[in-house]
Amino acid sequence: MQSLQVVLAIVRKDLRRELRTKEVVLSTFVFAVLVLVIFNFTLPASRDTVLELAPGILWVAFTFSGVLGLDRTFASEKENRSLDGLMLAPVDRSAIYFGKLASNLVLMLLSDALLLPLFGILYNFNMATELPFPAFMTFLLVVLLGTLAYAAVGTILAAIAANTTMREVLLPLLLFPIAVPVVIGAAESTRILFQQDPLASPWPWIRVLAVFALVFIVLAWLTFEYVLEE
Amino acid sequence: MFEARGLTKRFGRLTALRPLDLRVSSGEVLAVFGRNGAGKTTFLHLAASLTRPTAGEVLYEGRPAAEHRRHVGLLSHASFLYSDLTARENLEFYARLYGVEVSVDDVLAEANLAARANAPVRTLSRGMHQRLAVARALLHRPKLLLLDEPYTGLDAVSAEKLSMRLRTFGGPAFAGGFGEASPERAVILTTHDLERGLEVATRVAILDSGRLAYDGGPLDPRELRERFAALTSN
Repeated sequence: MQSLQVVLAIVRKDLRRELRTKEVVLSTFVFAVLVLVIFNFTLPASRDTVLELAPGILWVAFTFSGVLGLDRTFASEKENRSLDGLMLAPVDRSAIYFGKLASNLVLMLLSDALLLPLFGILYNFNMATELPFPAFMTFLLVVLLGTLAYAAVGTILAAIAANTTMREVLLPLLLFPIAVPVVIGAAESTRILFQQDPLASPWPWIRVLAVFALVFIVLAWLTFEYVLEE
Repeated sequence: MFEARGLTKRFGRLTALRPLDLRVSSGEVLAVFGRNGAGKTTFLHLAASLTRPTAGEVLYEGRPAAEHRRHVGLLSHASFLYSDLTARENLEFYARLYGVEVSVDDVLAEANLAARANAPVRTLSRGMHQRLAVARALLHRPKLLLLDEPYTGLDAVSAEKLSMRLRTFGGPAFAGGFGEASPERAVILTTHDLERGLEVATRVAILDSGRLAYDGGPLDPRELRERFAALTSN
């Protein structure tokens, strides 16, 4: 119960700081917009091309911009060594991980939500009206699970990278190779949904995302104490 | 109450703390003196379970100290405060972390910060910042208080007030806002300031290059200075 209270306290504190500084949402959103705009200029505008490539572009935008927010997760706790203050809390230290994961998830989903309408405008693909309702809802589930899986692995790697002097460089170097299954799974399931491919199902990929998220959440739960201390 | 058994900490080839054995009983105020790099901060971080010892163990009432973080308060070199948040928000956050119900207004008043309660921490002066950090460390009424250079940044009045609180840590004078009276409390503080340390200490320890060079009763300032110079010769 006390652990849940700590998780909620961390989320509330992180969101309050973000509301004040707008540091994470603004930087991730602007970066993601730039990715979408650059790809929009460099690709032919045919409908088939959009449906074929847009899912990959969308997830590149989500993941590349997401790393900016993940980098700040523990970096922001370095000022005045407030991470030590969190570590003194009389609860299992995995509560810090779950608090940070929840904060990251909320901020990344907020950025995703801002980005999706812009993606529809730039790529002339209004998914809310052009996709059948069940496919649209499944796509939202893919966004949720893909973001959760990415945040789950990103949060623990951000904690590892935060203790090094090469934090900004190390985090993407660690995160991108490990998160490849998330990017592939999310992009493939999105492509199947966007193309309304009758011969393919997005569900095997969605299960990959769910298992990936679960594995990294359990791994972080078991190891986070050691990650913080060493 | 507190016991370090063969406590050792190495960072690669550097030995920050050699096997150290130390007991602190309830009611004691132990002042740990030492030069820069003597291992004072490492010792306090180990005592607070912030880092794992390379060897040895830290016990609190006979059990591993990590199981008793609720009873330990640490004031470190860094304040652990969030610059973007106000003084009040910082204290409310730490109260939630420890699951304690306290009147933050009373705590702020006790720290003489009531007028700046809603000011972001980054706008506070060095002394105010330190007073808020002290309030943060005492918020959950710890039984073992670990203080690393607590007088840094405090003006003479605030330093005297802190000394008074430390001298009466277990007594009724400590009750207002910062914790109920309890005879079960102990303090370990590290400082370069021999005079300030001696004002509050009931016991003195001197660390030299990670080794416990002296552990005994309080000395008069002149004797302490001589002994300190002799024991920390490098």
